[in-house]
Amino acid sequence: MSVLTEPGPPPGVGPAPVLTGKSRPGEAVIKVLLVVATTTSVLVTAGILLAVLEPALEFFRRESIGEFLSFDTNKQFSALPLVVGTGLTTVIALSVAIPIGLGAAMYLSEYASKRARKWLKPTVELLAGVPSVVYGFFAVFFVIPVVLRDWLGIPVSAYNSLGAGLVLGVMIIPTIASLSEDALSAVPLALRQGSFAMGANRMQTTLRVVFPAALSGIAAAVVLGMSRAVGETMIVLMAGGSIKSTSADITQGHETMTGVIARTALGESPVESTEYKYLFAVALLLFIITFVMNMISIAIVRRFRQAY
Amino acid sequence: MASHPATFSTGQSPAAAVDALNVADDAQTIGALPDDVVMETVNLNVFYGDFHAVHDVNLSFGKNEITAMIGPSGCGKSTVLRCLNRMNDLVPSARVEGSINYHGQNIYAPKVDPIAVREHIGMVFQKPNPFPKSIYDNIAYGPRVIGMKVDNMDDVVEEALRGAALWDEVKDKLKQSAYGLSGGQQQRLCIARTIATKPDVILMDEPCSALDPIATSKVEDLMLQMRKDYTIIVVTHNMQQAARVSDRTAFFTARPDETTGNRTGLLVEFDRTKDIFANPHDPRTEAYISGRFG
Repeated sequence: MSVLTEPGPPPGVGPAPVLTGKSRPGEAVIKVLLVVATTTSVLVTAGILLAVLEPALEFFRRESIGEFLSFDTNKQFSALPLVVGTGLTTVIALSVAIPIGLGAAMYLSEYASKRARKWLKPTVELLAGVPSVVYGFFAVFFVIPVVLRDWLGIPVSAYNSLGAGLVLGVMIIPTIASLSEDALSAVPLALRQGSFAMGANRMQTTLRVVFPAALSGIAAAVVLGMSRAVGETMIVLMAGGSIKSTSADITQGHETMTGVIARTALGESPVESTEYKYLFAVALLLFIITFVMNMISIAIVRRFRQAY
Repeated sequence: MASHPATFSTGQSPAAAVDALNVADDAQTIGALPDDVVMETVNLNVFYGDFHAVHDVNLSFGKNEITAMIGPSGCGKSTVLRCLNRMNDLVPSARVEGSINYHGQNIYAPKVDPIAVREHIGMVFQKPNPFPKSIYDNIAYGPRVIGMKVDNMDDVVEEALRGAALWDEVKDKLKQSAYGLSGGQQQRLCIARTIATKPDVILMDEPCSALDPIATSKVEDLMLQMRKDYTIIVVTHNMQQAARVSDRTAFFTARPDETTGNRTGLLVEFDRTKDIFANPHDPRTEAYISGRFG
């Protein structure tokens, strides 16, 4: 019978390290707080949608969808003239804000020296902090009478879509410029170096390499700017006129979706009246339009973006 | 180099070797120079603001040769490389003294357009940096931006990809994103992109440092094939790579400033690769290539 000696622990090995879990109550509390923060914003959105949906459906029980989706400006509850009004001011705003905003973003990101960017970018962003009522005032008392009528000699009405759209465009320039600049600056330096090393100049590098690489961020900036233009109320209320119109004449006033909501909500209409319910139907339409525009832009970005 | 104060013997500790290497010493050994010089640096000094990055570099790059620049980190070899096609212009504080002559013309002369320089002197970077475009558009980018006269872009793309030994691997997915390729394929795509514009000189900044050994050997084979058409200047951390691919080797080291501690790069030895590796003249070169330092 051979004697097997019990193998002892190898020399130099102490007691096994403790690997069992420690309780970290703080983690659980923080996680709960973060979940609450997230669900609050989701629930508020859902709540708003429900609050809009209920009176909007009540409106459609009283009035036909055909009446609502009509271009007839004489019908009290037609909505498509409002869509035309919002569409015109938004298109004018974007045709001002996209070239200027993207131009500013490209200058700040690709051309400006570090020092120039350090001062210029916060200054551009300052424009985003101006309250929209100030822009509305600026449109009514300066842009329409002085710039459009006196300087440019355009025979505009006192309230018109051109003036409102231009000022709306100025308002969203900082949104588009600042967010696009972030997207352009985030493109890796290595891509620019690769382009310069091929013998490309700065404009080619910016337009053919950096811009496509930043496209998804730039599109997000434009969509956000567009959403602000569609949803902006004060400027179009003050400067855009209050007459429903389907005419393409931008020197005249056009009632807009946000304009009609603000005016109706000012307290003239009784809560149970159809006018009051109409407001919610228009709000629902506004929500749907914004939502569809977001979807379309996401699809466009998916198609064209060059992810790095 | 009998005058050199430091001596090395086998078994010397690495730390001692480093101390010896840090001795302020401007001594240079310049061996056999190429006959047919495409580019040369003459008393090249580079500064970043007040920082003196590279001191008095004189090098000649021979036609259809591969010249390797080796040395420890911070020795200025990449800085010198980036001066050779004026990529250092992109660093706002960079300043160059001396001259870099390309076919006899100083590329830092006031009238020279850096964009024109880069059409002739291409560059491949340390980390593969394909554009976020299709494989095809990556290759076609250079010919398009420099306005090269092209009969059929498809042929240019195929020729460039064949030149970079990548055609067979990607010919069926030219319209797919370059980001779907492996790291080694991406680096060969960057080489293909560079040769699409038919440059004269190709600069490579540690082209294999982000690649695995198999991808590295493919790139090295490619470099040896490309030598018959191009002049190649390569910076590498890998001494074996320099020994395997290059015809001539320049060894740089860094000298710390006594007051500021900033390290200024300088050229120590420049010679045929086989001579540098078999019979280095400078003890600092010997210490580096024998692996005792760096």
